[in-house]
Amino acid sequence: MSQTDANTMAHPLKRTPLYDLHLKLGARMVPFAGYEMPLQYTAGILKEHLHTRASAGLFDVSHMGQIIVRPRSGVLADAGHALEQLVPADILGLAPARQRYGLFTNAAGGILDDLMISNRADHYLLIVNAARKDADEAHLRTHLAPICEVQRSDRALLALQGPKAEAVLASLAPACASMRFMDVREMVIAGAACIVARSGYTGEDGFEISVPEEAATRVAEALLSHADVAPVGLGARDSLRLEAGLPLYGSDLDEATTPVEADLSWAISKVRRTGGLRSGGFPGSDIILGQIANGVLRRRAGLRPEGRQPVREGVQLFADAEGGEQAGAVTSGGFGPSIQAPVSMGYLATRFAAPGTRLFAEVRGKYIPVEAVTLPFVAHRYKRD
Amino acid sequence: MLRFTEDHEWLRLDGDIATIGITAHAAQQLGDLVFVQLPDIGSKLAKGDGAAVVESVKAASDVYAPIAGEVAEVNDAIVNDPSIVNADPQNAGWFFKLKLADPKAFDALMDEAAYNKLIGA
Repeated sequence: MSQTDANTMAHPLKRTPLYDLHLKLGARMVPFAGYEMPLQYTAGILKEHLHTRASAGLFDVSHMGQIIVRPRSGVLADAGHALEQLVPADILGLAPARQRYGLFTNAAGGILDDLMISNRADHYLLIVNAARKDADEAHLRTHLAPICEVQRSDRALLALQGPKAEAVLASLAPACASMRFMDVREMVIAGAACIVARSGYTGEDGFEISVPEEAATRVAEALLSHADVAPVGLGARDSLRLEAGLPLYGSDLDEATTPVEADLSWAISKVRRTGGLRSGGFPGSDIILGQIANGVLRRRAGLRPEGRQPVREGVQLFADAEGGEQAGAVTSGGFGPSIQAPVSMGYLATRFAAPGTRLFAEVRGKYIPVEAVTLPFVAHRYKRD
Repeated sequence: MLRFTEDHEWLRLDGDIATIGITAHAAQQLGDLVFVQLPDIGSKLAKGDGAAVVESVKAASDVYAPIAGEVAEVNDAIVNDPSIVNADPQNAGWFFKLKLADPKAFDALMDEAAYNKLIGA
């Protein structure tokens, strides 16, 4: 019996509310973060990827955690202060109906998870990674219990991504057209009360739509009935985020990696940095703020292999073609369908991380030249104004 | 006459030269290929040696020599355009030709009926 079978028997895989729809659409289902999820549909990863960049793709991301953090006092700032003890972002400065990217850090400055935080007027809504949601919920309860109620939502989560996402969603909910990147609004879609954020994980314009569980299939089918929309699985979700230079928790981010090393210093709000009004006060703040001031020994960077061969997670990188001096390692890699070339990201010793540095990746005993590059590989097309 | 292996390869024999590729079932399971690496002409392969590598967007897979022999020819067209393998896996998408050390070993491989049974077709 394989390890996967043993795990499956100990912890049966969960299904999202869209499970039956996935099967109806011809999905190939795979285990992912404890769920049976669609890897791809009949079109395949390559076509689903390109369709998202050209038109609009619909993703089921209901496996992700949706956690509500509500102040017991009824004063949102009390919850904001409490969350700032765990997240190095400016949460008190987050306006109502706005969303922001954040990180849970540990005492060593490492990353426990990355997440989106929405100001929902009387509470915060946190969207966290599927594999981390139980740990995140426990972490929030441990630290916030006296101040906040922490509650898991069982709503479904859909992502509609791509240049035609706005036109498609506006055909069902016209108000979405006036939203900007990182706006959050309540709107009725196909008769269901949804929470819509203008954000995503593909580098494209698009929306993430939190839907009541019982309405999930209806909303998904309403979106799929539009000629411009195709269902897109986890395979293309990964190649899309990789081209967009977006890190994946568990591959590119982990508890032993700090936000500064991960090139996510931009997620440490100015007000939380040295000299800021609410400087520090989050786990590992001394280490993280010290790294912002003094630099780091290794850093996440983009990697562009020569030729067509993908250079994947775990591949070691060297300064020379003989594998003498190690320069770093790849943490995510694959093929970028939009640029028709292999794309990777990884961690490089800082002296090798400058864009243009030529390195060598050891793949099956051969050394493939790769170039350190600035991320992303495909420019973001968010609707910023 | 075609023969097949449990590793989802097909073989066609012409004299003592076998043409080898991956089956339609394998191509469908792998999904769109983006990279193919073929063996060097003249290299001698034992049965089970790694002979070629195929990569889809998602993953890399090895193609093993299904039978012992010397590489006589490789299909450079699929290196330049891996999508040929997905479009026509059992004809234009062939991988390499082996000059067999023992042509009789070919007859011991699965026939099409046995392979179809294996994949539940």
